[in-house]
Amino acid sequence: MKFPYSFPLTRAFCLYLGQLAFLIGETFTSILAGRVRWKLVLHQIVEIGFGSQAVVIITGIFTGAVFTAQIFFQFNALNMSSAVGPVVSIALCRELGPVLTGLMVAGRVGAAMSAEIGTMKVTEQIDALRALAVNPVDYLVVPRTMAIMISMPLLVGECIFFALAASYYVATDILNVNSVFFLQHMWSYTHSRDMVMALSKGFVFALIVVFVGCQQGLTTRDGAVGVGKSTTEAVVISSLSILMINFFLTMALNIIFPAGGRY
Amino acid sequence: MSAHRKNLIEVRDLRQTIGTQEILRGVNLDIPKGETLVLLGQSGGGKSVFLRHLIGLMRPLSGSIKIEGEEIAHLNERELEPVRRKIGMLFQDGALFDSMTVFDNVAFPLRERGERNEKVIREKVDHALELVSLQGQEGKMPVNLSGGMRKRASLARAIISEPSCILYDEPTAGLDPIVSDTINKLIRRLQSQLHVTSIVVTHDMISTDHIADRVALLREGRIHFDGTLQSLHASTDPVITDFIEGRSHEID
Repeated sequence: MKFPYSFPLTRAFCLYLGQLAFLIGETFTSILAGRVRWKLVLHQIVEIGFGSQAVVIITGIFTGAVFTAQIFFQFNALNMSSAVGPVVSIALCRELGPVLTGLMVAGRVGAAMSAEIGTMKVTEQIDALRALAVNPVDYLVVPRTMAIMISMPLLVGECIFFALAASYYVATDILNVNSVFFLQHMWSYTHSRDMVMALSKGFVFALIVVFVGCQQGLTTRDGAVGVGKSTTEAVVISSLSILMINFFLTMALNIIFPAGGRY
Repeated sequence: MSAHRKNLIEVRDLRQTIGTQEILRGVNLDIPKGETLVLLGQSGGGKSVFLRHLIGLMRPLSGSIKIEGEEIAHLNERELEPVRRKIGMLFQDGALFDSMTVFDNVAFPLRERGERNEKVIREKVDHALELVSLQGQEGKMPVNLSGGMRKRASLARAIISEPSCILYDEPTAGLDPIVSDTINKLIRRLQSQLHVTSIVVTHDMISTDHIADRVALLREGRIHFDGTLQSLHASTDPVITDFIEGRSHEID
């Protein structure tokens, strides 16, 4: 049992996971106990959900457009241009939509959470909260968790919607794919389970972003340098976690919502 | 002078280390109700660390801290909340919430304790700001306040919920003599008007002479001196006289 602890990195990693687990446990305990400040939740929905829309829409539009063009260039050579719609749609629902939204939100929201909470930590504002008998998890983490759990599935849906709209425009107006074929095939091969998978992944990625961001903020030390370090680490850790956990989620969710088939 | 007064705070054999450095090496101190205790000591000597233990912001390595007879050393964050409601704290740099105006900062403890009547909140905030001579500044953001104003706003936030004890962490550090004097008078006024117990951590002797009922000197992690202001000044202990007169024994 002593073996893994002899490596400082392994020890630090285990410690980090432990702290994260405690934060998650404390947050959900507070939510279940009804210690939710709804005014702050609404404020965070505006910050996280409403404020991330532009980034997510632009990401969706250009990903949908470029992915459609690439698929068309490959499939058209095989006389399969009518397959562009289903391929783009399934790829966006099952992978690109949730992953790209997750990465964008990690970059925008995760960094902001870590920087804001980290600055509060190094300027003793978190201690001031505690001294005023206000639990920092209840006041800072719970509203952000509630807000991102509500916002993220909507942002994923929005990203996919705009990506598909861009895909339709590029395929039919620029690449001259028959619009009826495009829509008909896309509709036939895209199932509600693909959308459920997208929203499920978005929900999990939301939890990664909020807990990594808040944990980094709450453990910030060493002044302005520490805030910068925490912010960078929040984005790096949450982005890498999203990419890694996405693989395991895909494998697990594919058992519940198997891919393939048409109506 | 305070032997027959009931202790609000009792600290026994308090020990704390930060990293490998032993900051507190067995602090014993009693603070009776209604008294203003000034805790003196060199910078980095553990005064603020000691103060943070009294409100549960730090957990002792060992030892006992009793507030109104209740042991708080081993309470968790949630169990500490009722204890913290009895104590106000003025942080060294104010620690105002920088996303809120002065008004919202001062109103924060009231709103968090369930007060929803905005008229009542307005009245109480106005009164607290008047006590600290900060009327007319309620719309400002903390970033637009001077150091002294930030401390006064923080003090208004600390006193608005009428705590029975206020902890002051270096209330005059970094302030000019005039603003320092204002803060000293304010501490005295709060003591006479609100009858609160005060624990003031400082190394400012002028401030000590203004506000102290009793003085303790923390040195090398232990209470080196504990007595009245008069006995402090009458002391012939070289450690105390050096501290009072600001002698370092460094060779030029």
